[in-house]
Amino acid sequence: MSTLFLAHTEADGTLAKAALEALAATVQFAAALGTPFSVGLIGDNPGPAADAIASCGATRFLTISGAAFAQARYASDAAAAEALCRAAAATVVTVPATSRWNRVLPGVAHRLGGRADTHVTGLAAAAGQPQVSRWFYRQRMEATFTRSTRPWLLALEGGIAPAWQGAAGCAHAEAVALTLPAPRTSVVGFQAPASDQQTIRPDADLLFVTGAGWTKKQADGQVKVGEAGTLILDFLRLSRSSLGSTKSLVDLGGEGQAILPFLSHLNQVGQTGSTPRHAKGLATCCHGEEPHTVGWRFIGERRAISLDANCGWARGKADILYVADAFAVMKKVNELLG
Amino acid sequence: MYTIIVCGSLVPDPLQTLEPISGPSGPALKNEMMLPAWLDPWAGHALYEAANLAAHHPGSKVWLVCLGPKAKLQQVMMTVAQKVPFELIALDGSAGGFTDAAETAAALADAISAIPGLDLSKLLLCGGWESASRGAGATLQLVGERLGITDQFQGVDSLTIEPDGSLRILERVEGGKHQVSVCTGPPAVLGWATGNLPEPRNNPQVGMANMRGIMPALQKAKPAAVGTGDITFTAVSLPTQTRATQVIKDLPPEQIAADLVAWIKSE
Repeated sequence: MSTLFLAHTEADGTLAKAALEALAATVQFAAALGTPFSVGLIGDNPGPAADAIASCGATRFLTISGAAFAQARYASDAAAAEALCRAAAATVVTVPATSRWNRVLPGVAHRLGGRADTHVTGLAAAAGQPQVSRWFYRQRMEATFTRSTRPWLLALEGGIAPAWQGAAGCAHAEAVALTLPAPRTSVVGFQAPASDQQTIRPDADLLFVTGAGWTKKQADGQVKVGEAGTLILDFLRLSRSSLGSTKSLVDLGGEGQAILPFLSHLNQVGQTGSTPRHAKGLATCCHGEEPHTVGWRFIGERRAISLDANCGWARGKADILYVADAFAVMKKVNELLG
Repeated sequence: MYTIIVCGSLVPDPLQTLEPISGPSGPALKNEMMLPAWLDPWAGHALYEAANLAAHHPGSKVWLVCLGPKAKLQQVMMTVAQKVPFELIALDGSAGGFTDAAETAAALADAISAIPGLDLSKLLLCGGWESASRGAGATLQLVGERLGITDQFQGVDSLTIEPDGSLRILERVEGGKHQVSVCTGPPAVLGWATGNLPEPRNNPQVGMANMRGIMPALQKAKPAAVGTGDITFTAVSLPTQTRATQVIKDLPPEQIAADLVAWIKSE
């Protein structure tokens, strides 16, 4: 059995944190199996990135380089991954679960006659065979399983292991040649909110979850959406936290109710949203039961502010529930952070 | 003019309690056939976006290719049929989350390939970028590969047809951003995230028109032998991470704020 770790370089030529975490998990996995592993990198110029991880223990470093591989595009990424897998003759292939790899991994597995599994949260060796864990039904139940088909391609979720750290060196990377047909798709750019409106920060320590309670009538009978928006944005700016939202709050716009204009479906966490990974989480004005709280699944320390002491978001889900008015508390928090 | 094929399946109502059991062919949900089912949410977004696209491009047609237990499909179609016009292709098989994406994709691709007069040069293959059951985000890519489509997009929130016929696509990427791509035209695979359209209101006229085709499609639904494939499950369990929540009442906001700020600033 041989393992291949695949990664792509970022725009600055380095490997992202998610890639280093997946590399660390691969190193551990290969050691548990007692088998060698290789590294395959794609990008405009992945050589320096290979040198940066030269001491990771890989027996081979394979690269596919060129401007065409700087762009995250299905046709070129799938062709590159296929070529690297064939060159390494790997039976198990690991990748970080980035949007780029998630897009192509199943297709690559099909081309290789193998199978792919995504959103892997656990990778181990049992009786000399790989065994993985992942969640089903939107993080509501976890399964452990193995497969008999090879190659087996696995997209490893962020946080599966601490990011790999080690000395740089000379990787003696082998270039794998690949000629692509003329692409039909071009990546022409990215759209993102203005930097002062960017509320999603994957690397933040804290996830700040807002619920529909922010837009409901308050104790004085008034709706205070404007004040809520100011408090939330001030907190995000002062704490550098990432903003998550419940589905009910995001959906209010479609129902013609007053909304927080900086929220979009991209902020949505939970059953039909994302399940981000942060060290801490603070939920405010959130209500709902188990299906909606899966957005908390991968949050370390959790606290909540709610007027309802029996709130399903908090009971059994948070470490500490403050029964209080979030408007009053967050105003004071912002004063202290400021 | 486009041939728009939407792949989608059924998922249990998310508000239901889900409990895994061990069945003869692998894991399953307790009382799975009794659980109320919905069209998968992201597949639903894909269907509404597809119908909107077809409405703006005369001559286009939307197909919904659905794999699930026939009885459940009929139940769900009673609602879905009232939303937007489409023609159903039904496959009778398991829609459970523990089935293998590769087997599901093979069944879907075979059904799509069998559509009379299918013109790949006009095909937009759509679906949810993930399901709320398996949640793998793999099936659509596999169907695309089987059909030979190598322009694929996942986490799509917007599709615009440019005057020259090219497709301008926004895909979700890391950090709350969208990657903007331009594809010269069909065929393409589009795995939709939320999109931009609200759920359409029920339209009884659309429902009646759809049902004329849906009932025959359900009657002739072919059995699809999808299962867990080469997977051997060793454990399936519900999370046991219930926390001993400390409930703090009657503290003034100043004190709570101080507590929170100390916590936020701690390592």
